[in-house]
Amino acid sequence: MPPKKPLPPLSDEFIKGLWRENPVFVQVLGMCPTLAVTNSGINALAMGVATLFVLVGSSFLVSSLRAWIPKQVRISTYIVIIATFVTMADYTLQAVVPAVHKELGAFIALIVVNCVILGRQEAFAAKNTVVRSVVDAAGMGLGFTFALLCLGSLRELLGSGSLFGFSLFHFGPTSAYSFEPWVIMILPPGGFIMLGLLLLSFNAVAQWRTRRAAEVS
Amino acid sequence: MSAPVAIAQDPPAYKLIGTLALAGLLSGLGIVSVYKITLPTIEANKAAALESAVFQVVPGAERMERLAWRDGQLVPEPKGKGDAVFAAWDGAGAFLGYGVPAAASGFQDTISLIYGYNPEQGKVLGMRVLDSRETPGLGDKIVKDAHFVAEFDGLVVSPKIELVKGHGEAPTRWTPSPAPPSRRARS
Repeated sequence: MPPKKPLPPLSDEFIKGLWRENPVFVQVLGMCPTLAVTNSGINALAMGVATLFVLVGSSFLVSSLRAWIPKQVRISTYIVIIATFVTMADYTLQAVVPAVHKELGAFIALIVVNCVILGRQEAFAAKNTVVRSVVDAAGMGLGFTFALLCLGSLRELLGSGSLFGFSLFHFGPTSAYSFEPWVIMILPPGGFIMLGLLLLSFNAVAQWRTRRAAEVS
Repeated sequence: MSAPVAIAQDPPAYKLIGTLALAGLLSGLGIVSVYKITLPTIEANKAAALESAVFQVVPGAERMERLAWRDGQLVPEPKGKGDAVFAAWDGAGAFLGYGVPAAASGFQDTISLIYGYNPEQGKVLGMRVLDSRETPGLGDKIVKDAHFVAEFDGLVVSPKIELVKGHGEAPTRWTPSPAPPSRRARS
């Protein structure tokens, strides 16, 4: 039997989700909420936090029960677990922050079909210990939130002239904007454009870092 | 001869069905528990939102009462369920108007809103959207565009027909007739 590969340290499992294996910028998963709810910073943050909660909760349960779930029904069981957490998150958001819940609308329910969550269960939580799975889920969830925040803030800034609801471009006593917002940025095409530009920047930075590391060594 | 390859047996059907059934049962329990825990807060949020909306769409209102339509008239029904209007009075007790919730199909989903209405003046006093799932940045302009929302303040909705002597005819009720009119209408 081939020798078992040593497992990477827990800190590595956490950090990989933030940058090296970022779900949005590297794995390009979960594009539906990424494009749909990032028209403002607050919506992006709320969606990111809800996804983080569902991801961590589902990974915890799937990893705890991995010995008992027959592999023939594993996907159905994972979906049931994920849907339960999403419904809990939906009711909690509706009770705690009704204004944000109103903004997000149907997209909270769509977290169930977010590829990031099912992908992590199948690829990681079903094959690793509970602690590892939870740490990996936390890293991925935070990486997803970070990506959404980048996209959401930029789109809101350019498309509405505000950041997290605070108008930034009011100059002078009149209420007329000095900056004419690019409405396209808060519409779907703007989402694609901004995401493409961020992917370009992210990959450029990653390549530069690799080159730097190669030059130094 | 090579050793026989061990083939993993599929688990029996009852185990698969049992796993899914158990998952469904536990999921149902979890969802119902969270629903029950959050229900009072959600209902309170909805009632508070509706109440504050009434005070916004009937300017100057300080007191309101929930009325329901029963047997051909409006009767007070503070804790009822179902369709209702809200009567509003100012601090001195003068009746200001009604807050009337309404809902209809929008582009994405149902839009529910509330408008203030004064029947004596025949005016809409104001409008606020309570619940909308419209596209942010496009359909949600009915919420976000302050100029659009302000257009409903004091909007006269009774038809007003003005007659100026020597011009036009008083509008008469149209009735079908087989023959064309025998005289030209006065210009």
